[in-house]
Amino acid sequence: MSLLQVKEVTHSYGSRSIFNWKDRSKKVLSDISLSIEEGTCLGLLGKSGAGKSTLGKVILGLERPQNGQILFQGHDIYTADNHIRKKIRRNLQVVFQDSYSSVNPRMTAERIIAEPLENYEKLTVAEQKRTIVELLERVGLSEVDLKKYPHQFSGGQLQRINIARAISLKPKLIVLDESVSSLDMVNQTLILELLRELKEDFGLSYFFITHDIKSAYTISDTLGVLEKGELVELYGSKNQFFTSEHPVVKEMRGSILAEHPRYRSVRTREKHTKSI
Amino acid sequence: MLGTEHPNVLQVSDLHVHVKSNNGINTLVQDINITLKRGKILGLVGESGCGKTVTSMSILQLLDRKTKTIEGSIVVKGRELNGLDDKEMRKIRGKDIAFIMQNPMNAFTPVFTIGHQFIETIRSHTQWNKKQATEIAIEAMHHVNLPNPVKLLKYYPFQLSGGMLQRVMIAIAACLHPAVIIADEPTTALDVNNQKIVLRHLDKIRSEYGSAILLISHDLGVISEMADEVAVMQNGKIVEKADVFQLFDEPQHEYTKKLLNARSILHLDEPIIHFA
Ligand SMILES: Nc1ncnc2c1ncn2[C@@H]1O[C@H](COP(=O)(O)OP(=O)(O)OP(=O)(O)O)[C@@H](O)[C@H]1O
Ligand SMILES: Nc1ncnc2c1ncn2[C@@H]1O[C@H](COP(=O)(O)OP(=O)(O)O)[C@@H](O)[C@H]1O
Ligand SMILES: [Mg+2]
Ligand SMILES: [Mg+2]
Repeated sequence: MSLLQVKEVTHSYGSRSIFNWKDRSKKVLSDISLSIEEGTCLGLLGKSGAGKSTLGKVILGLERPQNGQILFQGHDIYTADNHIRKKIRRNLQVVFQDSYSSVNPRMTAERIIAEPLENYEKLTVAEQKRTIVELLERVGLSEVDLKKYPHQFSGGQLQRINIARAISLKPKLIVLDESVSSLDMVNQTLILELLRELKEDFGLSYFFITHDIKSAYTISDTLGVLEKGELVELYGSKNQFFTSEHPVVKEMRGSILAEHPRYRSVRTREKHTKSI
Repeated sequence: MLGTEHPNVLQVSDLHVHVKSNNGINTLVQDINITLKRGKILGLVGESGCGKTVTSMSILQLLDRKTKTIEGSIVVKGRELNGLDDKEMRKIRGKDIAFIMQNPMNAFTPVFTIGHQFIETIRSHTQWNKKQATEIAIEAMHHVNLPNPVKLLKYYPFQLSGGMLQRVMIAIAACLHPAVIIADEPTTALDVNNQKIVLRHLDKIRSEYGSAILLISHDLGVISEMADEVAVMQNGKIVEKADVFQLFDEPQHEYTKKLLNARSILHLDEPIIHFA
């Protein structure tokens, strides 16, 4: 049995809102089916507005789809009884793109990481502290960071704290929505490395949502492409992305920017003149 | 307007920013010297947390003066900005210097529609009436590839995807053809196709209206596409500044070399992508 199964999910926004009454027919997701096996990472690529985050929210139980089912370890997350839902919530964590707005600015790193532990584990004060220090070390931080506030961390460090919190309950699946997109390459590489380690050590699975082809390729095992709410490609092996003849995929590949000014394609109209 | 013909539209000299906290005074950035010429693009790169956003916020006088001190001089079109009161700065922001903020969510007020915020910004700096401002907003949204602008104007920020909000912000910043655009990680939420469209549009504003751009990005693809010159920042200081070709071909500083090397780490095991 797959860890997560998305079955024929269709969704459009606005059914409960008077503002978009007329848009009700416009589908944000149409007939999406996919699955994630334990210990693997499914990458989801797609243009801005394609519906990636919406699918993420549907999987997290935050946006009930109009049609279709989300099965987590075989249980429908929207109809399961409270006991099972509580278990699912514990095993299903999320890390968003913006590390700063995901945390309470008035809480220390220790409090931020402690929150899920306090909700689910009844640890003694000493045990909890030890657990938090271990988590910090796991993500490359240390005990000295316990009492720091969010503004005292860089974006990359804070994203590690978000990851520490997400893994604190040893979940089965983490939904990562553009979690490394705003980080520089040095920090991106460190975090992707960390995610890979956690996957190997704890058998974690990821649903890795991104618009960034390189990071998706680095971390994923399987890969899907969402375009205007439709899952146009689903690859059992990520390498297929590079040989696919699908026009959307070809366009994506063709738009990757070369990382050297010699291969510029945007500023070509004027000759580059050397300035002092 | 006074000083319009001055080739240096933005001149930052000996900028230092300190922050007061319980543990005394900390320096966030120091010895920053930046010159932006009309129609030119200066790239600013560096690891997350190195001080890029602090630099841009201090140029715009957006830092909280109760806890932070800004030393040095910031001259835009011949006028000193450092120390100007908020009322004066509000006239300058948007019109003379536009700011594309790193986090699109923070740039909008959740309780007003996109259209309200867009049109108010245009009207506060121009003589245009509501109808004219609306037309300008719609056109500006077309330029950044936003589908169905008329509809989007009626939406609230939370109803747009991350990448859509980022493009709205860019549309707002570009539509008044400011002398200086400070773009702080302007494409982090965008897929490669939209990234290219947005970069082309910024370049068009630059070449047609002479806007100078301070382009902050961790993405070396974006920097190499756009920049004339590049400044490399580490721990609050600019450690190297050079012509973009020179910087990529013959980096001098160890830290610059480290950043450039991180570029290939992500696609080391990725023989299928050909950059050209
Ligand atoms: N709460 C909402 N109410 C109405 N429409 C919404 C809402 N959230 C998202 N949408 C719409 O759904 C579509 C898909 O949005 P979604 O956030 O899933 O895109 P995305 O693929 O994550 O894009 P990005 O890469 O830009 O983040 C967009 O057209 C957006 O305007
Ligand atoms: N309001 C603040 N108070 C104290 N430190 C801050 C504040 N804002 C930013 N910093 C610190 O200044 C440094 C530079 O931050 P920033 O300019 O946001 O980095 P980036 O280069 O990623 O944009 C970081 O170490 C950050 O923690
Ligand atoms: Mg999204
Ligand atoms: Mg920043």
